[in-house]
Amino acid sequence: MTSPLQQKLKITGPTAITANRLADGVVVWLTPQRTWSEAIADAAIATTSDEVHALLASAQADELEAVGAYPARVAVEDGKARPANLRERIRVDGPTVAFGSAA
Amino acid sequence: MYVYDEFDRTFLSERVADFRDQVARRLSGELNEEEFKPLRLMNGVYLQLHAYMLRVCIPYGTLSSHQMRALASVARRYDRGYGHFTTRQNIQFNWIKLAELPDAMDELAAAGIHGIQTSGNCIRNTTTDPWAGATPEEIEDPRLYAEVIRQWSTLHPEFTYLPRKFKIAITAAKHDRAAIRVHDIGLRLHRRGAETGFEVIVGGGLGRTPFVGKTIRDFLPKQHLLSYLEAILRVYNSGGRRDNIYKARIKIQVHEVGTEEFARRVEEEWAQIRDGALLLDEAAFDQIRDRFVTPAFEPLDDAPDALAEALKNPDFARWHANSVGPHKVAGHAIVTVSLKPVGKPPGDATAEQMDGIADLADAFAYGEIRVAHEQNLTLPHVRQKDLPELWRRLDALGLATPNVGLISDIIACPGLDYCSLANARSIPLAQRLTERFADPDRIADIGRMHINISGCINACGHHHVGHIGILGVEKKEQEFYQVTLGGKGNHKTKLGELIGPAVSEDEVVDVVERIVDTYLDLRAGPSETFIAAVQRLGLEPFKERAYAAR
Ligand code: HEM
Ligand code: SF4
Repeated sequence: MTSPLQQKLKITGPTAITANRLADGVVVWLTPQRTWSEAIADAAIATTSDEVHALLASAQADELEAVGAYPARVAVEDGKARPANLRERIRVDGPTVAFGSAA
Repeated sequence: MYVYDEFDRTFLSERVADFRDQVARRLSGELNEEEFKPLRLMNGVYLQLHAYMLRVCIPYGTLSSHQMRALASVARRYDRGYGHFTTRQNIQFNWIKLAELPDAMDELAAAGIHGIQTSGNCIRNTTTDPWAGATPEEIEDPRLYAEVIRQWSTLHPEFTYLPRKFKIAITAAKHDRAAIRVHDIGLRLHRRGAETGFEVIVGGGLGRTPFVGKTIRDFLPKQHLLSYLEAILRVYNSGGRRDNIYKARIKIQVHEVGTEEFARRVEEEWAQIRDGALLLDEAAFDQIRDRFVTPAFEPLDDAPDALAEALKNPDFARWHANSVGPHKVAGHAIVTVSLKPVGKPPGDATAEQMDGIADLADAFAYGEIRVAHEQNLTLPHVRQKDLPELWRRLDALGLATPNVGLISDIIACPGLDYCSLANARSIPLAQRLTERFADPDRIADIGRMHINISGCINACGHHHVGHIGILGVEKKEQEFYQVTLGGKGNHKTKLGELIGPAVSEDEVVDVVERIVDTYLDLRAGPSETFIAAVQRLGLEPFKERAYAAR
């Protein structure tokens, strides 16, 4: 998947804002309360370009809790966000391969 | 082994202390991300898909057993119990927390290892032949010169902000195991009469615009090594493109101005400085040579009885056939330790395996370990009489897969499972290929074969120089793979050619198998290798069969 960091901001459906937590790099999602959650199901879902811009602006405001925020297209099920492509699925679920002593 | 001096050690611990301070200031908000990012990159810390990654430099791929244990300890205490050995002869930890990185770095620094200059637009870790100091093919140990380069380039004031990163590789053997023709500068040590010097190659590289390096000087007497490198770097630093990141590597400059003109500029610059402060005399070489501790090899006979007896065991014989190479000292051998078990991520080693290898290095290999660019490890100095016992103990660690140099000895970058730049996954594809080609008799019959896989055009998996190269691309958010044939990364470096349209994730393993079957059907005999057959037959027969079933 082309890195979203290299893509122009174009909204093609339900979108959530995601980033990596500063202290440990863990993937986090911006909630409607403008806090960060590890659960994609907690993510605020935007559907218009204006909403996405507003969420992104607040996500990028301080970069103290999370870094590298960008808009990710998501699928919506029962009103909750789920990964819409392989890249986001890997970010949410971890590598698709066993690693370490589990390998 | 090279022993760091007091200066190096003080420098390393000060550097970690600085980084600890920078991390604290970042976490408190005193530094913002824009200010902090270049600082972390300078220390080898990247942000990947789901965690920070620490890239640890292993100068010219040489590790002591003590350093290997330090890596194992970091894997265990700060990561998830494993590390990933890469094609750059270094190791990456994939899950370290930013807040704990300074502690991990302190542990590594205590063992003399670090992540400095594994990132950023500076001169990177000089890489070399993993068989250096052990192979009978070389005229001298190239690590001496790698160390000369390290001391000159580390924090060189003029070259910390180059147009782009800069990689140098060096070999002293005819068989190039250091891929010197795909580096910014490649150096081949050879002799002319009584004199020792270098063939100097510039402008090689993979990535988006791959080039095979060009020779700009056949013979550079060794005392001029640093002044000549300095001249090349100056020509690059002043003329390299800073306007476009994709055109900033020296390979583009060499291509745009032409090899001859580039060489002329270097010679012109060099004429000014060749007899200046950078001129090296024997005393300078001796000083560095003295700090390399070479093993006190025991006088032993070649092919001892214990070995002859063990070779009657077909499993041992199979491993011996592809993992053991000749050593310059009688009674010794070079052993490649495969980090490519069937169905596992290429290049990964668990903390237990790292500790185990450290123990084996102490017991059988004078405490020395190397990291090879094929993502395997090497025990460079093993007594031949110890080979059977070494094999048994490697096997117990899951490290005796008899596939070195064969089709399942795959190079793969981290790909989409870890890397934020990826288009497609690499590791699962490597795993499926090793499972498809798991039968040891079949892979021995297929013979020498390199499959290299990259998850995007940055080419960390060196797909251009794989006999079969596989590049992940994306089509409508699905994973697709382009297949190239005929690449080579050795002393006859050649870039592979694309056989046709990209194939889907479902098809790619079958496509590789059809290419292999085509080779087996059409080869002139078992002694004609895959790469020789591709050269003789051209791409057509392979193309035809690869896509036949579609
Ligand atoms: C997963 C994290 C990684 C990131 C974020 C990363 C980043 C990059 C980037 C941005 C480039 C391309 C552009 C350039 O600088 O020339 C690159 C190239 C390269 N990387 Fe990585 N890399 C990663 C992992 C690796 C690994 C695991 C290896 C070794 C196995 C590696 C070895 C290389 C090499 C050899 C090139 C240069 C290709 C050339 O000669 O142009 N990288 N990397
Ligand atoms: S080739 Fe691409 S996907 Fe693979 S590690 Fe390099 S940057 Fe990442």
